[in-house]
Amino acid sequence: MDVSAEAKRIMAVSISKLYASRAQRGGMRLHRSLLLSVVMRSARDLYHSACLAKEREELGTAHLVQVTPEEGAMDTTASGEQVEVEVSQVEPESPLTPTIQEPMSSDSDAAQGACKTRTFIGKETVEDKENRSPVSPDRHSRKRRGKASVAPDFLPSKRARLSLELGEERVLRTGRRTCCRAGDAFTTLSLNSNRAIAAF
Amino acid sequence: MAGAGGGGNDVQWCFSQVKGAIDDDVAEADIISTVEFNHSGELLATGDKGGRVVIFQQELESKNQPQCRGEYNVYSTFQSHEPEFDYLKSLEIEEKINKIRWLPQKNAAQFLLSTNDKTIKLWKISERDKRPEGYNLKEEDGRYRDPTTVTTLRVPVFHPMDLMVEASPRRVFANAHTYHINSISVNSDCETYLSADDLRINLWNLEITDRSFNIVDIKPANMEELTEVITAAEFHPNQCNTFVYSSSKGTIRLCDMRASALCDQHSKLFEEPEDPSNRSFFSEIISSISDVKFSHSGRYMMTRDYLTVKIWDLNMESRPVETYQVHEYLRSKLCSLYENDCIFDKFECCWNGNDSVVMTGSYNNFFRMFDRGYRQDVTLEASRESSKPRSVLKPRKVCTGGKRKKDEISVDSLDFNKKILHTAWHPQDNIIAVATTNNLYIFQDRLTSIQ
Repeated sequence: MDVSAEAKRIMAVSISKLYASRAQRGGMRLHRSLLLSVVMRSARDLYHSACLAKEREELGTAHLVQVTPEEGAMDTTASGEQVEVEVSQVEPESPLTPTIQEPMSSDSDAAQGACKTRTFIGKETVEDKENRSPVSPDRHSRKRRGKASVAPDFLPSKRARLSLELGEERVLRTGRRTCCRAGDAFTTLSLNSNRAIAAF
Repeated sequence: MAGAGGGGNDVQWCFSQVKGAIDDDVAEADIISTVEFNHSGELLATGDKGGRVVIFQQELESKNQPQCRGEYNVYSTFQSHEPEFDYLKSLEIEEKINKIRWLPQKNAAQFLLSTNDKTIKLWKISERDKRPEGYNLKEEDGRYRDPTTVTTLRVPVFHPMDLMVEASPRRVFANAHTYHINSISVNSDCETYLSADDLRINLWNLEITDRSFNIVDIKPANMEELTEVITAAEFHPNQCNTFVYSSSKGTIRLCDMRASALCDQHSKLFEEPEDPSNRSFFSEIISSISDVKFSHSGRYMMTRDYLTVKIWDLNMESRPVETYQVHEYLRSKLCSLYENDCIFDKFECCWNGNDSVVMTGSYNNFFRMFDRGYRQDVTLEASRESSKPRSVLKPRKVCTGGKRKKDEISVDSLDFNKKILHTAWHPQDNIIAVATTNNLYIFQDRLTSIQ
């Protein structure tokens, strides 16, 4: 699993760089943040597909039967919608923003270490679909539509929004929370890398 | 004028001068962040991280040594930008000078534009070598005389004094950029200039500071859909309606301001298809263009990305006409370079006076020259060791694998903290200015530096 270990390492490095860049003098550099998030996204995609391949190998046919009903459910919700589900938000320690808190709680168990349930949807052109958790079909109605998704768990949950005359800017308040969790965090961390960009 | 040096060429580069502190302990404020010759080459300006601008002036050739080009000595030093604080965003604005651009000389004074991340300033550098003396209402030391003691009138007369070079800010162009300014470029009409940040390009009139026109805006409605940023922009050297801007995705867009007020639609898009065999995690980062420069003729433009220098013919958008590998041996090291942040280094590039040779920097204080005509390239080093006056620079070679020959340096021995990001070439002569971290090296070709 060299590829996935490498991808995981690159993700870790990218996240720590993104986090460190918030403290740098002169503010976050948009160009740098964009490049970091691009790398992070490629590493994440590779890691997920490696994970998926591994899971498929290991679980074999028995798992396929079990998973099919959910698969069907997800396919129906998948089509043409931009439902964002940040599975990472499920982790119990992280306080969630109100809009996603309720729906998310039911996902926690399913989401933990469950890249299998998430990734078999495959790479779809709309990024957020990949991050959808295995949920009952009616869940999507309680979620926010659109791309304004929630922050991954390593970023502070509270975000102050400032409307300035020059445009919408969002200021991230640095929280005390440490950003990088080792190991399994990456399996559940569905990074919407655009989060970093949306901070500008 | 001549080629890149070494090999069968007639140019050999010699050390001329080095400016800056000798000690290895580099103060952050002394790190050179931009280098630029003026249009005649008589003046050489540097900007540093501390917000200071230092201008060197070339001494007139002495009559004893007609073939020896003059040395560059300090002409003026001033604090261009100070650190500022944006209270709304709780962000500090760095005073680092990102770019300096000279205006063509119109009268006795010199003008340059200097910019940090947010504010551009127009500086006037003028000489004063005469002083008026004999005022009626003031004493010589400046104190006002008691008017009742004035019984006669006289006309003040100019007397010579020691040369004083004064730098004064004539215009401050502020509050027009939300993102960090990466480029400024003076138009050939000498009336306007552009400033570019990550997402927008603004057009200014040099006389007017409270208004600027936005001519390019690539900010998406939803920032999460952002895929590329503007990395550099430049006006065409002859056509005042044309400018180009490069992107983080390796594309260059040429825009014509006559087409519309907002140049979001490009007139030409220069892009080379990606080589699928070179795909990696870091493909996108290394394809990001760090600098774009028009040739003096205006026929070509040069772009620098992390590993290559590319020359584009403005008439052909599909691919560059020439590609030069700067340090291809780094391709297998991209992961480490990502971890130590070197992959984000923004190298600049420059043309020589007749567009026959291009130059760019690398690591280990190496810099590279590519002779377009003779198809030769050379690697030289800016170091204190090769700093004896008029000593000829020896070409360096990086060993990419296999047995390391004598005098070659292996890739793993390269010092990635010693990087040459900024270089400049005299507009007419073979004189180059190469900036290491905190030193400025000036090299000249041997033909004209021999006594």
